[in-house]
Parts: sequence; C-alpha cells; structure tokens
Amino acid sequence: MPPVHPPVGSEAGPVPRSRPARLAGAAALLGAAVLLSLLVGANLLPVSTVVDTLAGGGTDESRFVVWEQRVPRTVAGLAVGAALGVAGALIQAFTRNPLADPGILGVNAGAAFFVAVGITFLGVTSPLGYVWLACAGALVLTVVVYGVGSAGGDAAGPARLTVTGVAIGAVLSGLTTGLTLTHPDAFDRMRGWSAGSLLERGFDIVLPVLPLLVVGLAVAVAVAPGLNSVALGTDVARAQGVDVGRVRLAVLAAVTLLAGGATAIAGPIVFVGLMVPHLVRWTLGTDQRAIVLGSLVVAPTLVVQSDVLGRIAVLPSEMPVGVVTAFVGAPVLIALVRRSGASGL
Amino acid sequence: MVAGPDRLNVVFGVRSATVALAATGAAVVLGLSALALGDFPMTLPEVMGVLTGRTDGFARTVVLEWRLPRAVAAALFGAALAVAGGVFQTLTRNPLASPDIIGLANGSFTGMLVALLVLGGGWPLLMTGSLVGGLAAAVAIYLLAYRDGLQGFRFIVVGIGVSAMLASANTWMLLRVELETALFASAWGAGTLNGVTGATAVPAGACVLLLLACVPWLTPALRQMDLGDDSARATGVRVDRVRLAAIAVAVALVSVVTAVAGPIAFISLAAPQIARRLARSPGIPLGVSGAVGAALLLGSDLVAQHAVPLTVPVGVVTVVLGGGYLVWLLVHEARKRP
Repeated sequence: MPPVHPPVGSEAGPVPRSRPARLAGAAALLGAAVLLSLLVGANLLPVSTVVDTLAGGGTDESRFVVWEQRVPRTVAGLAVGAALGVAGALIQAFTRNPLADPGILGVNAGAAFFVAVGITFLGVTSPLGYVWLACAGALVLTVVVYGVGSAGGDAAGPARLTVTGVAIGAVLSGLTTGLTLTHPDAFDRMRGWSAGSLLERGFDIVLPVLPLLVVGLAVAVAVAPGLNSVALGTDVARAQGVDVGRVRLAVLAAVTLLAGGATAIAGPIVFVGLMVPHLVRWTLGTDQRAIVLGSLVVAPTLVVQSDVLGRIAVLPSEMPVGVVTAFVGAPVLIALVRRSGASGL
Repeated sequence: MVAGPDRLNVVFGVRSATVALAATGAAVVLGLSALALGDFPMTLPEVMGVLTGRTDGFARTVVLEWRLPRAVAAALFGAALAVAGGVFQTLTRNPLASPDIIGLANGSFTGMLVALLVLGGGWPLLMTGSLVGGLAAAVAIYLLAYRDGLQGFRFIVVGIGVSAMLASANTWMLLRVELETALFASAWGAGTLNGVTGATAVPAGACVLLLLACVPWLTPALRQMDLGDDSARATGVRVDRVRLAAIAVAVALVSVVTAVAGPIAFISLAAPQIARRLARSPGIPLGVSGAVGAALLLGSDLVAQHAVPLTVPVGVVTVVLGGGYLVWLLVHEARKRP
C-alpha cells in the first residue's frame, strides 16, 4: 500500500479562540434552517398559522401540511444531515485522507446495487422496501470490504481499506449501471431514487431507520477521543494505550450505520459527508471531538437549507435535495480552500 | 530491505520492464482477438493475412475498416487514461486522485448532455460538446484553484467541488428528459466505443500518441517531486512549471478520449494501482500503467461486445473487470505478506 500522505503544505489548522461562540452561531443557523423548513413550501403558510398548528390548533389543511408533510420532512433532513456529516468526519479522520467520504467503503454502491436488484428481480416498488434493501446493501458491503481489506490475517489498515472500498464499490456501481441500462423500467425508478430526495419521506420511512442512526451517533461520539490518538499514527496511539483495532472497528460500525441509514432514507447524497468536515475543520480546528460535534450541527443545516431551496427553486416542480446540496455547498468549499489553504487532518 | 539504492533501482527496473512487456503482449493478443471476433468470425491466419496485405475482399473490409479502428482506439485510449491517472496520482500522492474525481468526466458529460438536449444531437456535435465541456471544467478548476501558484491539494478540492456541481446538473438534466433519451445519454455517460470509426479514431489516436510522447520528458522531474517540492527544487527542478505541464498533458489525454468515447470509468484510477503492485515499485510506473491500461480497455471491450447477452457500454465492463482485478490483487498481496 502507498502511504496516503497528508496533503503537501498542510499544517494543523488555526486554533480558534472562540470555539463555543462559533458553535453557538452554527446552532443558530440550524434553528433558522428548521424554521424555514416549516414555513416555506409550495404554499407559503404565515408564521402565525405554523406556530398555531404546532401548538395544536390550525385548520385541517394547515395541520396536514405541517404535521404530515413539513415536520416529517424536516426531521428526515436533520437525521440524514447529521448522519452524513458525522460519518464524513469519522471516515476522513480514520483514513487520514481528506478526500474520503462516507461512500468510500462502498456503502452507497452497496445500497444502490441492492435497490437495483430489488427493483429488477424482486419487483420492489415502495420507498419503504427501498429502505430495507439499502440498509442490507450497506451492511453487507461494509462486511465484505472489511473482510477483503483484512484478508491474510492482518488487521485492515486505513489505506488498504480505502482502496478496497473504492474497488469493490466501483465493481458494484458498474453492475448497477449494467443492470439498469438493460432494464429500462428499473432505470426509470433508480434515476429518481439515486438523485437523493426528501420528498414524501414520512415518519413511516424515517422512524424505522432512526434507531440505527442514534446508535451510530452514540458510537461516533464515544470513539472521537480515540481518533485524536489514532490521527497521530498507529504507534503513538498504541503507546498512549489506545486499542487501535477496537477504534477501527467502532468507526466502521458507526460509518456503516450512519451512511447506510441516511442512504436508506433519502437515497445516495454524496457531497455532504465530504465537504462538511472540511468546513468544520477550518472554523473549529483539528480536535476530532470538535469536528464530530461541529459536523453534527453544520451538516443538517446544509441538508435542510438545500431541501428548502429545492422546494422553491423550480416551481411548480421540486429539485431533489441531493442535486441542491452540491450547488449550495461547493461554492463554500471552493471559497474556503482558496482562503485558508489546505486543510490538514 | 538491505540492498543499496542502486541495486534496488536495477531490481525495480528489470521487474517493471518485464511487467510492461507482459502487459503489452497481453494487449497484442487481445487486440488480435478483437480483429478476429464478431458476426463474421475469422481465424488468426486469416487476420494476419489481411494485416500483411495478402488477403483482399470482404475480409479486408471487415478487419481494416470495421474492427481495426475500434481495437487501435481501445489500446491507445486505455493507455492514455492510465497514464493520465498515473500522473494525477503521482502529483497529488493520493490514489483517489483520478481525473474522474476532479471533474473532467462530469464536465464532458455536461457538455454532451447540453449538446444532446439543447442543441439536438448528432455525433460531431456530441463530441464537440464533450470536448468543450471537459476542457471548460478543467480551465474553471485551474482558475479557481490558482493562487500564488498551483498547489496539488487545492486543485483536487476545487476539482471535487466543481465536479459535484456538474454531477448534480447532469442528474437534474437526466431526471427531466424522456426515458429513452436518458437511457441513450446514460449509456454514453458510462463510456462506450460504439461510436468509434476510422474517421474519429485516426485524429484522436494521433493526438493521444503525440501527448504520450511528451510524458517521458516529464517523468524524471515527477520522480524528484515525489520526494517533496523542496528537495525537488534543490535538485534544480522547476516545480511549478513541471506541475502545470504534467496537469496539462494529463487533462488533454483524458479530454481527447472522452470526446470520442465518453467518460470511460475506472481505468485511470485502477491501472496505475495495478501497475504499481505488479511492478512492486515504490512510485507509480507510468510506462507500465500505460501498457496495463491498454490491455484493460481492449479486454473490457471484447467482453462488452461479445461476452454479455446484451451489449453494454465498455465503461461498465472496465469498472467490473478493473475493480475485480484490483480486489483480487489486494487479497493476493495480503496472503503473500509474511
């Protein structure tokens, strides 16, 4: 394996003096995004009506719009965002590769392949059916990638896992493409699913997945301090008494649960987990605990805001959130990398 | 290892040359098979007869006009993608940094989609759209990433950003058109040699050969830069110029291929990694990468044309074969480790 070097010219990021203030600012932005998500849509409800409906009043129509459509959708956006952001932070710290994203372990490719097989051969057509297929695909793929990555008895190192994940993920995405190109009906369904959307993701879809995400987040928070040691190199971590093997396994489990769960809810949304940890590193510094916490706040903001934008960008139709996130996030990423140079890990 | 640096260099050199020779041999065998196989099957002596000018008539038309352009294009395009990928991976020292990732493929696809959906199609228009799209993406990334010189990592991050936006635009366009159009566009978007004829293969092949000829000039400086910019400067390498030239050559290689055949996936990522492992070299051996890439694309196109029930785009096969082989290598490598 080639060592996956940290980028040339990178150094530990700026040590921020006002980390709590910046976190508070991020939290305020998240609150604003949630509020907007409840207010804005194809039909704009006045603030008073929304507040009234949330408090238990409102008309039949406003109750339907708020409780049946916007609240579940907002919850879905929050869950998907938090999961992707934290998974991204973990996988970048773990592989010490700033280009790694949660999909790197083949999670997205596995989910998409299982969904494609389900549509093509099993006749699955309901979004709830996709949820379980996607979860199963993510899980199976991670196990296979870990198995291949640690073949030969040696515990899987991050660089090896990265190449293994990319290779196996690519094989499956090729098979998915081949499968869908030869089955037009499946192609038609997949192009909707694979754009990544929060449209009509009701509680019936979000609630079954939530426990997976909660467990994933808990593992992520628990493992973050250990990642700080692992980031200094395997030997240093061992010298500090950190069980590197256990940290790796915990990270893999968390990333699978988080990325798999998010993909199950919304379809593959590829850009959030890659860019948010960079953004957080640039503003909060390189402590993994701060990065995980920051990603937990910033990523949902990006997803929920993008979803709101997608609802009104191309009225009367909707733009899927997975399409919008890149257009909202990429300019920020580019501006940041121009301003502060490379982002070390 | 205990051997001195000179001894090591010789060992790596011999091994690299052997692997390059073996890969080239495989490419020749696969290329001859491509000339023989098809609806009008021929034996090897018949093919050789045509190639040496001893046979005329229909067989000559089949081999020289139908199959040869496609086979030659597959070999040259495979080598071009692999060398471009090797250059990018060397410059950034990151095995994930393939040209696909920095937005060229998505830019080409965007250009092709615009040509197809807005301007109305036709192969020349699609190829122009793809070339313009890919190059525009490259220029945009370059301009956005340039700040007191071009730094590898910043270039990649900007590339990822631009790439993500283009991919989103592509997804959006595919969602809004009719199923049939989306299917056609997606097949092209996966990379296919179906549209390759003599008229497109000859100019594209000439461009590729010309660009590949530039690579040996850059290789020694790239080797130095592999040890770090500062130490390269100390040995007299003009780092910024070399980097710009290397990126320009790699981008041009990918653009030419993509214009004719669409964004063929995974060769630029997998071939250099496969070559490095086969040659057991510390850096990425560009020559070996080229030979591996040629064999990989030739083999994949044979499979895409003849081995699967429905014709699939060759890009689908390159991903499966290249990825599968890389996985096998990883397992194999682990087993052999003491």
